[in-house]
Amino acid sequence: MSNDYRPMWESLGLDLESHDQLLKAIPQAFGGVYMQQKNRPAEMEYFDFVVSEIHGLRIQELQEHKSRGGKVVGAFCIFVPEEIVRAAGGICVGLCSGAEIGTAQAEKVLPRNICPLIKSFMGFKLGHVCPYFESCDMVVGETTCDGKKKAFEILNDYIPVHMMETPQMKREKDKVLWRSEVRDFVTEMQQFTGNQVTYDSLQRAIIDVNGKRKVLARLAELRKNIPAPISGKDSLLIEQIAMYDDVDRFTEQTTKLCDELEKRTRAGLGVQEPGALRIIVSGTPMAVPNWKVPHIIESSGAVIVAEELCTGLRYFENTVDEDGSDLEQQVDALAKRYLDIDCACFTPNDARTDKLVKLAEEYQADGIIHCSLAFCDPYLVEANRVEKVLKEHNIPLLRIETDYGQEDSGQLKTRVEAFFEMLAAKKA
Amino acid sequence: MITVGIDVGSITTKAVLLTDTTWQSLLLPTGCSPRESGKSVFEQILNRAGLSPADVNYVVGTGYGRISLPFIDKAITEITCHARGAHHLVNGTDMVVDIGGQDSKVILIDEQGSVMNFAMNDKCAAGTGRFLQVMAAVLGADVSELADLARGAESVQISSMCTVFAESEVVSLLAQGVPKERIIAGIHRSVASRVASMAERLGRGERLTFTGGVARNDGVREFLSRELGQEITVAPEPQLAGALGAALLARDRCKQTLVTLDEIH
Repeated sequence: MSNDYRPMWESLGLDLESHDQLLKAIPQAFGGVYMQQKNRPAEMEYFDFVVSEIHGLRIQELQEHKSRGGKVVGAFCIFVPEEIVRAAGGICVGLCSGAEIGTAQAEKVLPRNICPLIKSFMGFKLGHVCPYFESCDMVVGETTCDGKKKAFEILNDYIPVHMMETPQMKREKDKVLWRSEVRDFVTEMQQFTGNQVTYDSLQRAIIDVNGKRKVLARLAELRKNIPAPISGKDSLLIEQIAMYDDVDRFTEQTTKLCDELEKRTRAGLGVQEPGALRIIVSGTPMAVPNWKVPHIIESSGAVIVAEELCTGLRYFENTVDEDGSDLEQQVDALAKRYLDIDCACFTPNDARTDKLVKLAEEYQADGIIHCSLAFCDPYLVEANRVEKVLKEHNIPLLRIETDYGQEDSGQLKTRVEAFFEMLAAKKA
Repeated sequence: MITVGIDVGSITTKAVLLTDTTWQSLLLPTGCSPRESGKSVFEQILNRAGLSPADVNYVVGTGYGRISLPFIDKAITEITCHARGAHHLVNGTDMVVDIGGQDSKVILIDEQGSVMNFAMNDKCAAGTGRFLQVMAAVLGADVSELADLARGAESVQISSMCTVFAESEVVSLLAQGVPKERIIAGIHRSVASRVASMAERLGRGERLTFTGGVARNDGVREFLSRELGQEITVAPEPQLAGALGAALLARDRCKQTLVTLDEIH
């Protein structure tokens, strides 16, 4: 990082010693996973820069926003309507929790066997190692899974948490409930920020965030080309950065990247040989710096063409209708867009399995790798439904269950490579 | 044509040298350096056959140490190699159960010996050779003696799948005075049931072949056959199935290359 951010980190109350260790580990991991890739698009430079300034520049921006009286709101889930935070003059940041950190502290308040993402966010907070977390004035939690739902009660001891009740089904009465939750969130944000959410401010926010989703959808569309013009790892990084970067700047930079990818596509340039296996990754979110499985996949010669993940398609595949003529209609449109997300927390969730079949066809994928974090009941159990439907459609599937540790990398590599050998033999 | 398959497993390194008519093999303990043991098994098998590396047309490396072998032409996973090896060793095999030192797998194969689907244990050691090794150490026995020691004994229930917890369970069973042979039988059953559930999930085959070092343990085979309710054939030289498969795949690749060259000329 170019500047000396230590005084800022200190003022945020970070545990500088642990934070130093974390910051030392990131360039190493990033260098090994990202900088060794061949044929990277030149416009990845911006995203590499964002990573190099991961706890620097963006945190400084958040602090400047706060010094002007603005609020920072953290979220752990793509169900939190970012538009409403923006319309109230706040900044919404996705908190990553993709590394094993502060485990000992987290285990003071959490059971030992729990989803690594939950353990990670508790570890980051209790260990005072994440400047994003420490910049947040509030966290918005949701009830997508039991682990998070109960962990937010504990987190509330350390930072104010506003809970949104996400339904578990998608019937009319569930839609009514969710709509009221979104409406309440508008009121909550108004009170919390002291700013009125108006039709105009919400309209602006909807258009801005839609802009971000649309450029991500454009990126996804470009990856349908053979050869794929960008690696899955780079795409994942962009999708991860989308969750906490400045919205306008992110949209602008990603547009530039897409322009470059379009040129590449016209020239027939790709990141891998045209014959490389095309893989879709599906499952639980992959938060920064969790690039483990994509790295194994792409260093075994395949290219990931889509991520059916929260850090992927689920985040941007639908936009909010922009035609609402008053605030209530805007809230309707927001509620609808968010409830269209096909998360495994819903039952039934056929839309997800149907979508996977469609994606496999559209992206001309050779196979799907279902990757779930350990102890994630919704996704681990739903893997059975995924397997059943994909089998009916003759789409090869590999199921992986893992966490943030590296000790199973060799074993995972064997499974992934064997899967690819099987796919290559089928293709031949 | 001469090809070699090198299988660097977590405990044993195996080599198979394949000529047009025969094959020969060599086994060495892997020790702490998979790279060194791979190199040394290759040199020794060549020496014994009076050959030099230049005489070999193609070398395939497999096993967890496959990536650390600089002299191979290609690395192929042990899943694909065991499938090919078992297919060659036992006619008509459609499902392979391979239990090695640190992994266990169940592989569905087609008539050509190609992988159709597979399942592999997660990162824990339950249902692997390592599990047997750890338990043998607690019981003061060698892993090769386990089958004989347990012969005919009624198994005791070992409920822990985790190697660490199972170890304490065995210690407490010993303290309760449960006879050793019954405990060993229980350990065999534990390994078998873990692997059997993988086979169930994959969808059962008609003709099961057992490969990997643990296939030499008759106790595990018996429980596996009981759990699955069907006969299971132990491949001749089960430990060598991976290296043999690697050598056979090396031969396939070599032939492919020759065909392509012919087409060019």
